[in-house]
Amino acid sequence: MDSSSSSSGAGLGTVDPQLQHFIEVETQKQRFQQLVHQMTELCWEKCMDKPGPKLDSRAEACFVNCVERFIDTSQFILNRLEQTQKSKPVFSESLSD
Amino acid sequence: MESGFGSDFGGSGSGKLDPGVIMEQVKVQIAVANAQELLQRMTDKCFRKCIGKPGGSLDNSEQKCIAMCMDRYMDAWNTVSRAYNSRLQRERANM
Repeated sequence: MDSSSSSSGAGLGTVDPQLQHFIEVETQKQRFQQLVHQMTELCWEKCMDKPGPKLDSRAEACFVNCVERFIDTSQFILNRLEQTQKSKPVFSESLSD
Repeated sequence: MESGFGSDFGGSGSGKLDPGVIMEQVKVQIAVANAQELLQRMTDKCFRKCIGKPGGSLDNSEQKCIAMCMDRYMDAWNTVSRAYNSRLQRERANM
């Protein structure tokens, strides 16, 4: 197939900006989707007993709390890692402890 | 204009790649992948919840349980999606 157009580019500098934006948007969307999958799975273990005819209000509240606490946990870990990295770098040669 | 199926990928033999067609095809592929992911996790969870000692077939109570479990899993997924979205918007508002 002979591609006479250069929009796909022989060099990597000529990426179609429309495609570039599309890729960024879709990547962002996928990150969101993946986290929803992951949190649903985790929170299901914590919040569901026996599946009933509907999601009762207690279970629903549990799921909401679960999401919030998961995000809190993630942020906590990042923050603390950043702090301990300053005084005692984890990701270096001195991997004792 | 020919359809962009097969190996042509929206080029229609003109040598130009149509970004619009590519984007649509990618979106479809992403949607399919997400559906598969959902189904896989749902199957895992509902098998765990509903099947005790595996018998020679799925009995009525097991089938009913699986059906309810599927609906509840979707409810859970939607609840999580909404909660996460709210949280993200709140974070953005606080920046």
